[in-house]
Amino acid sequence: MISKKNLIFISFIIFTLTNISNSNSIEPDIFVQSTVNRASQVLSDNLTKDQKIEKLKSIAEETVDIEGIGMYTLGAYRKTLSEDQKREYKILFKQYFLKTFSSRLAEYSNPEIQVNSKEKLNKNYTMVSSILVETEQRPEININWRIYTKNPDDPKIRDLIIEGLSLARTQKEEFSSIIQSNDENIEALFANLKKFLE
Amino acid sequence: MKKILISSLLAILLSFSANAGSDGEKNLSKKDSRQTKDCFEGLNRATFSLNQGLDKAILKPVAKAYRSLPSPVRTGTSNVLVNLSSLITIPNNVLQGQFKTAGVNTGRFIINTTVGILGLFDVAKEMGFSEYEKEDYGQTLAVWGVGPGCYIVLPVLGPSTLRDTAGSFINVMGGDPYYNVSAHGNNHYLDRSDYMLTKTVSAIDFRSKTIDSFDNLEKNSLDFYASVKSLYIQDRERKIKNTKTGATIEIIYEDDWEEIETQ
Repeated sequence: MISKKNLIFISFIIFTLTNISNSNSIEPDIFVQSTVNRASQVLSDNLTKDQKIEKLKSIAEETVDIEGIGMYTLGAYRKTLSEDQKREYKILFKQYFLKTFSSRLAEYSNPEIQVNSKEKLNKNYTMVSSILVETEQRPEININWRIYTKNPDDPKIRDLIIEGLSLARTQKEEFSSIIQSNDENIEALFANLKKFLE
Repeated sequence: MKKILISSLLAILLSFSANAGSDGEKNLSKKDSRQTKDCFEGLNRATFSLNQGLDKAILKPVAKAYRSLPSPVRTGTSNVLVNLSSLITIPNNVLQGQFKTAGVNTGRFIINTTVGILGLFDVAKEMGFSEYEKEDYGQTLAVWGVGPGCYIVLPVLGPSTLRDTAGSFINVMGGDPYYNVSAHGNNHYLDRSDYMLTKTVSAIDFRSKTIDSFDNLEKNSLDFYASVKSLYIQDRERKIKNTKTGATIEIIYEDDWEEIETQ
């Protein structure tokens, strides 16, 4: 039989451990809202377009799992890469991602995003729902954020689903199309990426 | 004679869709078997270039001019077009077994056509009617089990699949009450040119809402054709499944995301 004293001690240990593990965990919806607020701040600041792009890039590097998205977008082809090709691809994809991501965002002057709800898909992923508030030029837009929560202390964005359209899937199918139309040669994708980055 | 010709074409398209839909690759090749096949890629890319040329020369400039019209004018035009689309949505709601939604959409159409002055004002929305989701014959065919068939880029009309093209033919074979009234109605108010005008305004309205996003996509794409194809197919999948874009969304292809954990 466990004595009362031991029981209290065990409970204390469990309580402390649970608290430690939760101490730094960030809720995915709060993470999205804070990321959006940071980007919004940059976009509304009185900076040049290039300065804005640089700041947005550093936010993206902190909050987006660029390497994970890169591997996802290769689809089945990632299994065919040699270690050297993998290294080269990771560098190219990161540059490509940051260039397109920041230039896409820099077009917006002051986007207002409201985070509404979240849905835990499994232990690794939570989907956060938000809306981009409508303006004179465009209607309201639904944006869902796929947040990778394997490390709850450091959540990362892995996909944006805009009005039901996944950016990661679109990218994956685009890359796949390039590889397929070049006789399944992955080097053709690398060449295209390099050309885009010139 | 014309009807026989269209019917034959429809039958060919559908049989092609059924075959291509069931012709998924069983082996785990690099080509994703869930992808809609691009059987006519060479021709599609050529048509896509032609459409891009037409877009740059005609549609985009017109859409830009349209976008400079006052917001209430654009909203009113958009509302009229959405209201007219109910005439295709309602029969498709019924064909897909969505009887309650068909009832709601009929109520919405009656209210917006009368109180909302031919659909200019979305009165039903103000009254608390649920969100409107368009349905068409392509979606109904999909619900009935017809596969998408091959991806196809139609001249002027843009991306489609063989199934969705067949669905569009049903509109002009009696499936669209607005077409029936304007083309064969023998009335003094509407004729075929009104139907064509409505379709043209519909294209301009859609294009005006997508100018920035398409410009951005084109600028940031390595292969713009492939990006547009992917977006079209994703959009159709979502519409067929009636997945809401808002709070709760159905997650498809979840295994793709899980798989990268093990790499």
